[in-house]
Amino acid sequence: MKLKLATYALAAVMAAGPAMADLVFPSLSYRTGPYAAGGIPFADGYADYFTMINERDGGVGGVPIKVIECETGYSTEKGVECYESTKGQGALLYQPLSTGITYNIIPKTGVDNIPVHSMGYGRTSAANGKVFEWVFNYPTNYWNGASVAVKHILDQEGGDLNGKTIALLFLNGAYGKEPIPTLNVLAEKHGFDLTLLPVEGATMQDQKSQWLQIRREKPDYVLMWGWGAMNPAAIQEAANIRYPMDHFIGVWWSASENDVLPAGDGANGYKALAIHAPGNNFPLYDDLKANVYDKGMTAGAGDQSGTVLYNRGLYAAMLAVEAVKTAQGIHGVGQIDAAMMRDGMEALEMSSDKMAALGLPGFGPEFSVSCENHGGNGLAAVQQWDAASKTWSLVTDYISPDSDVVNALIAADSAAFAAENNISERCN
Amino acid sequence: MIYREAGDFSASYKEDSQTFPIRFDRIAFYAFVVVAFLVVPFFINDYWANAVLLPFLIYAIAALGLNILTGYTGLVSLGSGGFMAVGAFASYKLMTSFPDVNFAVHILLAGFITAGVGVLFGLPSLRIKGFYLAVATLAAQFFLVWLFNKVGWFFNYSPTGIINAPPRTSFGFEVTGPAASVSVKYVFCLSFVVVLALIARNLTRGSVGRKWMAIRDMDIAAEIIGVNPLTAKLSAFAVSSFFIGISGALFFSVYLGAVEVADTFSIQKSFLLLFMVIIGGLGSIFGSFAGAAFLVLFPVLMKNVLTGWWGWPTDLATHVEVMSVGLLIVVFLIMEPHGMARLWQIAKEKLRLWPFPH
Repeated sequence: MKLKLATYALAAVMAAGPAMADLVFPSLSYRTGPYAAGGIPFADGYADYFTMINERDGGVGGVPIKVIECETGYSTEKGVECYESTKGQGALLYQPLSTGITYNIIPKTGVDNIPVHSMGYGRTSAANGKVFEWVFNYPTNYWNGASVAVKHILDQEGGDLNGKTIALLFLNGAYGKEPIPTLNVLAEKHGFDLTLLPVEGATMQDQKSQWLQIRREKPDYVLMWGWGAMNPAAIQEAANIRYPMDHFIGVWWSASENDVLPAGDGANGYKALAIHAPGNNFPLYDDLKANVYDKGMTAGAGDQSGTVLYNRGLYAAMLAVEAVKTAQGIHGVGQIDAAMMRDGMEALEMSSDKMAALGLPGFGPEFSVSCENHGGNGLAAVQQWDAASKTWSLVTDYISPDSDVVNALIAADSAAFAAENNISERCN
Repeated sequence: MIYREAGDFSASYKEDSQTFPIRFDRIAFYAFVVVAFLVVPFFINDYWANAVLLPFLIYAIAALGLNILTGYTGLVSLGSGGFMAVGAFASYKLMTSFPDVNFAVHILLAGFITAGVGVLFGLPSLRIKGFYLAVATLAAQFFLVWLFNKVGWFFNYSPTGIINAPPRTSFGFEVTGPAASVSVKYVFCLSFVVVLALIARNLTRGSVGRKWMAIRDMDIAAEIIGVNPLTAKLSAFAVSSFFIGISGALFFSVYLGAVEVADTFSIQKSFLLLFMVIIGGLGSIFGSFAGAAFLVLFPVLMKNVLTGWWGWPTDLATHVEVMSVGLLIVVFLIMEPHGMARLWQIAKEKLRLWPFPH
């Protein structure tokens, strides 16, 4: 028994030792729990892209990629366990897909020297690279998202929002509260009234009172910051009260097929922000089919291909691989470490030519990252749901946010964080 | 053979009433404490500390606190998550307002603040008990979480409401923040656990604890023999909340470092603590530790065995893990309704006679 235990212990130690022959990407996924419907397609896309790179190109620069999946169930405590168990295995980058876990990891990144990419979630002020050396949230963040949504509304209203009312329906937690400061500033600037309608996480499927208030007060637009089961419930309620769907705009986490399908035809015309294109009409999908699907190497059940959140997983993995390529170019080695990965992310540039060469023409916005700017250019588009054909399609170009407003807020919040944690600014 | 008490005599009342009357137990306990303080910190790594030992120690404090209330005084509480949140936010406000004070002082103060809040929410227990009290404490749970989510002052007006623990020191060692060494964090938590467990043990076997147990067993009879239900029940709430507040403060500042109240201190936390106390053993100090160990360590062990060694898919492993924990809870409660503490007691009794039971 003792010998057996010792063998197990030895095996565990050896398994935990850094496997230096690979590029290690831990996938802190959630395939179980209340948010699994969003976690599964993202995790599948993330893993499938890496599998495709391994199968088609033999890795990045000749070095194969290894994905270590760890189940968090969207719980911060399990996320800590996952982080601690994977960080010693040569992890290059963390993408936890959870605001809570991101906030938990952010302070540790500077000590463990492993970068975090919270793509379109997490701490918004991490866009300030002067304070957050190891955290990236390109291509955009919630405050930019709020600004883009308001800009889209301005477009629809002919540039004048005076006296209009915008309601924000949000998950009453860290994630949902994010856009409020930005919307407050924008409300003052453009003269619209902002109504806040919080939805409690524990009872997020019951939104009768919020929608009763919307029916009574008739706000001109409703913005939604929802996730998980909150989204389909809200869209169903909106359909029930016949709220005009093209005046109902969700953030990019309220923008998947899971959210609109339950409401059937009632969801027709619902809009949402997008940080990448929906659908599978891209040459990359041919490579995925040849190298992953047809070989039976799909992650999960393999039924998520082409959905919005699957594409988001692909996008996250694609940006990671491009950062690896950039890092390999900078340092001239194939087997990069986490610090080199950070350099690669900081020098990342996504141009339309580059995306076209990857088989993803027009998939995401063009952006570049720098030492000061870890948030990209903040562009987002608007996509709309067509219930008849059951497809999302982009209805605008990528819209740039109101940078004056957002950047001032980012500077203020990151300065507060820097003061609280005695961080001195870099990039000077 | 080894575990026996032959030749082990008590010659005074003091010796007879000590916590571990059997010499073997006593030596084993002291050896355990010595190893925990002097050996473990030198071998501990990030994974063992952050994923296993810190949560175990901190949950053990909370379980001790809830056991005082539910196990010893018989007052069922579903507000423990909310009280942990009070401890967490009290320590956050203290550590950001007075950054230079020894952090251990902040933890204690957070405990006292939580004790005050606990007494406030314990007032209904003077009139109601059983299920009705459980529902009243449920109100505390929802109210406190709502309060910390709503009022900006508690989270220093950060845009998200998430609180972050900045680096703070205790006796010259950094105990919070990302740069704090795990050995220091571990010893810091362990010290609180040992001291609080000693306090709990001595409170529960003294006059205070006897009053609590009298209230638990029959409150009217207790009142007739001279136990004041007001002081007994409120002192139970105060002591219990003090423990839970300290555990909440450590949970936020030392273990997680960043907390979103609706996520971390939800009703789930209250249920988890109640499960710990029931499975570990109501009215038992050892049971609090056993329950915390079972519900913290077992899932981590399962995860490592299923995905780490056997290579199962993560979702399947998680489903199996959740089902196994549920199944084991049911099995435990059927086989031994008095919890793991009672199992341990039976095992000890058998061991004392082994190998000659007749």
